[in-house]
Amino acid sequence: MSFLLAIKNLRVEVDGRRILKGIDFKIGRGQIHAIMGPNGSGKSSLAFSILGHPDYKIKKGGIFFEGKRINGLKTHERAGLGIFLGFQSPLSVEGVSLLSLVKAAEESQNQKYAAKNKNRDVFALRDDLIKNLAGIGLNEEFVMRLVNQNSSGGEKKKLELAQLRFFRPKLAILDEIDAGLDAESLKMAGEIINRLRKKTTVILITHSERMLNIVKPDKVHIMIDGRFNHV
Amino acid sequence: MSEKYIYSSPRGLSEKIVKEISFLKNEPVWMRDLRLEALKIFFQKKIPTWGVDLSEIDFKSLRYFIRPSEKPALDWKNVPETIKKTFDRLGIPEAEQKFLGGVSAQYESEAVYHNLKKEWKKTGVIFCDTDSALKKYPEIFKKYFGRVVPAADNKFAALNSAVWSGGAFLYAPAGVKISSPLHSYFRINAKNMGQFERTLIIAEENSDISYIEGCSAPAYSKDSLHAGVVEIIAKKGARVRYTTLQNWSKNVYNLTTKRALGEEGSLIEWIDANFGSRATMKYPSVILYGPQAKASIISIALAGGGQHQDTGAKIFHLAPETSSRIVSKSIVKDGGRVSFRGLVKVAKGAKKSRVKVSCHSLLLDKNSRADAYPVIDAAESQTEIEHEAAVSKLSKEQLFYLASRGIKEADGAWLIVSGFVDQFTQELPMEYGAELNRLLRLEMEGSVG
Repeated sequence: MSFLLAIKNLRVEVDGRRILKGIDFKIGRGQIHAIMGPNGSGKSSLAFSILGHPDYKIKKGGIFFEGKRINGLKTHERAGLGIFLGFQSPLSVEGVSLLSLVKAAEESQNQKYAAKNKNRDVFALRDDLIKNLAGIGLNEEFVMRLVNQNSSGGEKKKLELAQLRFFRPKLAILDEIDAGLDAESLKMAGEIINRLRKKTTVILITHSERMLNIVKPDKVHIMIDGRFNHV
Repeated sequence: MSEKYIYSSPRGLSEKIVKEISFLKNEPVWMRDLRLEALKIFFQKKIPTWGVDLSEIDFKSLRYFIRPSEKPALDWKNVPETIKKTFDRLGIPEAEQKFLGGVSAQYESEAVYHNLKKEWKKTGVIFCDTDSALKKYPEIFKKYFGRVVPAADNKFAALNSAVWSGGAFLYAPAGVKISSPLHSYFRINAKNMGQFERTLIIAEENSDISYIEGCSAPAYSKDSLHAGVVEIIAKKGARVRYTTLQNWSKNVYNLTTKRALGEEGSLIEWIDANFGSRATMKYPSVILYGPQAKASIISIALAGGGQHQDTGAKIFHLAPETSSRIVSKSIVKDGGRVSFRGLVKVAKGAKKSRVKVSCHSLLLDKNSRADAYPVIDAAESQTEIEHEAAVSKLSKEQLFYLASRGIKEADGAWLIVSGFVDQFTQELPMEYGAELNRLLRLEMEGSVG
């Protein structure tokens, strides 16, 4: 079986502190894996390392996506391969709407693939966004609203899910996407993840038993102190 | 290189030169005397040392007057490559490029202007260059010239008063409302591009006008000193909006005095973008003279390496129920420096006045510097004051968040910068907003990512 993502003996430091201490991890296409574990055990650090956050320095080991080593790639290049990270605390950027964010994303990606992939016009983007927002129960007002500004915790998480639907990645890492959602929204989020399953492989970082009951992961990993405690 | 002009004053400044300027312009005696008086003040006043470093200005080596209609044409090949490139990338047509590069003195083909001019004429609006206004409308001119910015205001206002040439004169009769901003002509008129231009705007009761000067292309000038003066008088209930979008070439000291006087119920808005120049000192001001007068001063400044933008705003609340808003945004990169100075005074008796000041700076790298010097001096206790100031850095976490959506670092930085100035951009007419964005994007290139 070929794995979509494979991580081999990954050791990562931040400011000289050892954060990940030898991670081995594999996930096949179409699977859902959950990662659980106490706060500070390295779950988010693993997500940041997979996306290539500049502060997370790989000291040893490798990250392989579709069989290719991606250690040296920049974050936007990893995103371009089809890796998406849904943030635990989504950031806001003053004056930037969801529409301008996705437009910038399309433009950045298409600079590289300009020949095969033309930028959609802003109206097509807008319509696509509206559709994806509706799918998560947000109205079209969120297209022009400043992204993650003046939004509740739950709204921010829903905006991450709307973007997940919009970008259609091959791999989605969702970092506590359930935190801040009410019971009904959590159910909806779980159902969205289930529906994505055909096209998108999911790594779900969560504390929520309820989420696991809806999503039913293929495998649950427990992280403790920068290592997986595989049973 | 061929420089042909009929008259150019010798270098340096003297009474003789000022008299000659006035004589060549065929001015009335009162203006000549005003110039001479201003020259005395200029000599008396010391160079201000509290703002940017002005110690390298050599007043003796400057020329103070070149007959505007005979402005020397630069040879296109002597206009620096960097400036030509910028023109190209801003998408400015070649004819306009040559004008902006100082090569041609006049840019023709202004059909739009002529149509607009007809429209203004019907309403009684006067819109012409300041030199012509002195000749054609001496009564209005004498009544208002120097009323808001007297020569004694500061050293550079004195210099301007002594040697001014060119600029715009705009007079709106009572009740006249002009919906489109007056700009299409002066944007590309050589007379407005003077070193010491003088602009005077008078809005009679309940009139409503807006004026736009400049464009995003670098205003290339061999002259290293620009000291303009802009005066606005808004009568009872009048509304005046003055928008500046200027991008001086990087050898220029831009030391401009802009001030407006607002009578009862008037609204004055300064929308001010400062790009380019070696150093700028500019603090658009409003004197809220009548009750319920309002002022809004919104500015952005960008400073890169070797540049210092010392900008801000001043408001004087002299009457009850007056209100003001100051919004300042500055971006600094490559070791540049920005300073914000905000001065708000509320006089005793200006009861129930409202003041709102916000100044934000965005540092794009560690070597750059941003300072804020806000002063709010309220002598009246019944005043509502809101104030906020913040300096932020280009955030690694924000860039990472954007990168995780596939946005590369340089594009992410641009998104952050354009979002930062969005509040300003929204104040501009659409085509100017687009120009501003292109200019910002050009300035951002190579500085991040």
